[in-house]
Amino acid sequence: MDDDLTIGGEKFSSRLIMGTGGAPSLEILEQALAVSGTELTTVAMRRLDPSAPGSVLDVLRRRGIKVLPNTAGCFTAGEAVLTARLAREALETDWVKLEVISDERTLLPDPIETFDAAERLVADGFVVLPYIGDDPALARRLEQAGCAAVMPLGAPIGSGLGIRNPHNIELIVESAKVPVILDAGIGTASDAALAMELGCDAVLLATAVTRAQRPDLMAQAMRSAVVAGRQARLAGRIPRRRYAEASSPMNP
Amino acid sequence: MKVTINGTAHELPSGATVTQAVQRLTGARSGVAVAVNDEVVSRSSWDSTALVEADRVEVLTAVQGG
Repeated sequence: MDDDLTIGGEKFSSRLIMGTGGAPSLEILEQALAVSGTELTTVAMRRLDPSAPGSVLDVLRRRGIKVLPNTAGCFTAGEAVLTARLAREALETDWVKLEVISDERTLLPDPIETFDAAERLVADGFVVLPYIGDDPALARRLEQAGCAAVMPLGAPIGSGLGIRNPHNIELIVESAKVPVILDAGIGTASDAALAMELGCDAVLLATAVTRAQRPDLMAQAMRSAVVAGRQARLAGRIPRRRYAEASSPMNP
Repeated sequence: MKVTINGTAHELPSGATVTQAVQRLTGARSGVAVAVNDEVVSRSSWDSTALVEADRVEVLTAVQGG
């Protein structure tokens, strides 16, 4: 079945976007990414450490995975815009996962700073994928501002709490004309499947795989879950009923 | 002259360029980006951009995250 995901004019056959944070080693990360089948994966930008062994960029290059730099760690629009520009310079991509957090305890996205940064980055020619709360109004405003996708959270980053407000995710999906990527909060495979069943175009996850007891096996599970959830969405689920509807003939 | 490279004080000859600052950390020219006093300096300008006393140089690269 030809069912490509298109973001910013670029096509992807995998609807599983991976993060790279939290992996115990680059070897384990590379194995998990390979098994996941992902074609798009995030990295963070940090001060160069000459003593750091190996590079996550080499892993992505070796596996033919497109790099998606994020602005993790930024608290203001100004910091995020500078980080995005540095990422563009270092990685030769104008794609950016825009992430502006409000505090270190919840890591929840700051909507005001995020919107400000999104406007500035779109004006500067970036393909902007903003990480946001599950807010349909903000999602619409960011789409109107020219973002290439919106990335509402299921639950706080790394929490593994799943999708706390499926109704809001459905509302975002209903009105969005850009891809909706469920980002953050995924704990296990059923969470990823649910995101796709709700109509999300893709899922972004990291911790659920990289901190699993067996990252490679969880990566396989997530790959299957995203495919299964997508197929179920396209197939069209049966309506929920209060009472039974016989699936065998009732007459003798 | 003294400049700060990734938060650490370094002594560089006066008139030193961004390229010389980067070389204090790495010989690589790809996969890294530089900001001087919070302004991005594109790779093509490293050789021609001279630093001055007390400049803050940040040399960034991609790490695991997100």
